[in-house]
Amino acid sequence: MERRTIFAGWKLPLLLVAPQLVLTIVFFYWPALVGGWESLTRTDAFGVHVLFVGLANFHDLFADPRYRAAILRTVEFCAAVTALSLGLGLILAVAADRELRGRDLYRVLMIWPYAVAPAVSAVLWILLLNPQIGFIGRFLASHGVNWDYALNGNQAMLMVILASAWKQVSYNFIFVLAGLQSIPKAVIEAARMDGARGWYRFRTVVLPLLSPTLFFLIIVDLVYAAFDTFGTIWAMTQGGPAMATETLVVKVYNDGVVNLDLGSSSAQSVVLMVGVVALTALQFRFIGRRSGT
Amino acid sequence: MATLVIEKLRKSFGPIEVLHGIDLSLQSGEMLVIVGASGCGKSTLLRLVAGLEEPTSGRIVLDGRDITTLDPSARDIAMVFQNYALYPHMSVFDNMAYGLRIRGLPKPEIQRRVHEAAALLGLEALLARKPRQLSGGQRQRVAMGRAIVREPKLFLFDEPLSNLDAKLRVSMRAEIRRLQRRLGVTSLYVTHDQVEAMTLGDRLLVLHLGLPVQLATPMEVFDRPANTYVAGFIGTPAMNLLDATLTAGGTAARLEGGMLLPFADGRREGADGRKLTVGIRPEHVRLEPGGVPLAIDLVEPLGSETVLLGRMPDETMLSVKVHGVWTGGERTEIAIPPASLHVFDAQSGLRLDPLR
Repeated sequence: MERRTIFAGWKLPLLLVAPQLVLTIVFFYWPALVGGWESLTRTDAFGVHVLFVGLANFHDLFADPRYRAAILRTVEFCAAVTALSLGLGLILAVAADRELRGRDLYRVLMIWPYAVAPAVSAVLWILLLNPQIGFIGRFLASHGVNWDYALNGNQAMLMVILASAWKQVSYNFIFVLAGLQSIPKAVIEAARMDGARGWYRFRTVVLPLLSPTLFFLIIVDLVYAAFDTFGTIWAMTQGGPAMATETLVVKVYNDGVVNLDLGSSSAQSVVLMVGVVALTALQFRFIGRRSGT
Repeated sequence: MATLVIEKLRKSFGPIEVLHGIDLSLQSGEMLVIVGASGCGKSTLLRLVAGLEEPTSGRIVLDGRDITTLDPSARDIAMVFQNYALYPHMSVFDNMAYGLRIRGLPKPEIQRRVHEAAALLGLEALLARKPRQLSGGQRQRVAMGRAIVREPKLFLFDEPLSNLDAKLRVSMRAEIRRLQRRLGVTSLYVTHDQVEAMTLGDRLLVLHLGLPVQLATPMEVFDRPANTYVAGFIGTPAMNLLDATLTAGGTAARLEGGMLLPFADGRREGADGRKLTVGIRPEHVRLEPGGVPLAIDLVEPLGSETVLLGRMPDETMLSVKVHGVWTGGERTEIAIPPASLHVFDAQSGLRLDPLR
């Protein structure tokens, strides 16, 4: 029998995992439990009385057309960010996979955006796109485009999609590049000898072998777009104008922290949590099935 | 069926030249084995013919058509890779049919060819499987099948057996030979295994450091190695190569230890004292009571035969192959039959043939 335990007793092991355990409990489980409880309550305007209301918050939420609109908006936003960032990441990775002059420099530059904090990247994009001071914004305005994302909801949406996708391209790039490099060279060469060229070879050999990586990235990108883009959106538009860029996470913040409707905000958090759990379960199932064969 | 002609082919990677001018000509249906130690440029040569690398200079002509600069997809050449390089996401059938579909063959024709090749290779029951569900030998067969269905002008084999276990290697070796004979497709076969080279090739090309050293039939390469490199490379255990000098008016060699070896086949050119290397295969050394004493350092039993590693009185090492089990103890006496002697120039390493 293999001895799997290294430490005798339980005190030292517990001490060693305690920091992580404390962090997880204080910052994840505790807020989640409080949020779960609050989603079942309603607080009066002065915060004096707390009333247990059962599932009323959820009922109100799904009856609210503005919430349904936010769901739809989030789905559109996530799909656009995922498609754009994954598409660009794929194209750039395929380009970087070849024999290329200055290949290492190119790869380093491609990875940089990932290291930029969301709020900082938002400021970068504002400096580019602001109608008064932005380089691109002024260029558009001087060419007769009525560009003002502070007024035009579609333009605002386009901007947050661009800024959010830009940050995620790096992540996709790294993983697709790694995926491409794990495809045996001889398989590609065999396809060349078999007469397969260019796009046909890419579609019939490379893409199928890359599909596990792409599936993984789609899930990661969806989760990123749904949750991690809060900083970017908040710094750029605060969800406006007129809720045009108010995705579900932004709405949670607006309703809870700004408008202090804690019950509804908590209910929204719970809905989002269910969403993440579902996506994660899908991913685990897929990966589990693949490694099982 | 096609001829292959290679002219003055050179290849450099950056400042390093790995092939220094290869000339070759294959007849239709011939199987030529390129053999050499790792790093001799044999795989590069194959990849140049395949089109996976571009030559620095020279010409490759297949069936009368200059293919030197053609894309691999336009060359009508099929290749069997060392690690099989099957498409992991396709079934065995689709692996074999892939190249045919690209060529736009009608469905019934694809069916016919794949089933024919599968029958030839004993793969009929496995057509629906994925490569990861196959054993090494089966994968190798699929890789062969993928090459066969294409009915190409030329087969290229890049060490196709080196990933198989020893027993399977022997049977696959025979199978490749049988198939190649039957299909009559001109073939280039690269290996570092001299047994494969000897058994498979109609002719051998021995490469050493990017230079062609000898191009001849396997038996010719074995019986009359062109230089000391080939002499040491072909044959197991390796040929004994001993320092000697020319003597007695060119009719004999004298070993460093003083032993005189007369030439059975005639006089060699040069003044007495010319430095020579003489070669004798271990299996040609005879045990002879009253001969040169040999102190045995190591006995290597191989089953049906035994290799003895010993020292002659002047400390020169000599290996001897004897039949059966060795029971002779730690000393013996040997003789070197003049008829089995190979004579090389010590400086250039080139074979010295007798004067006419």
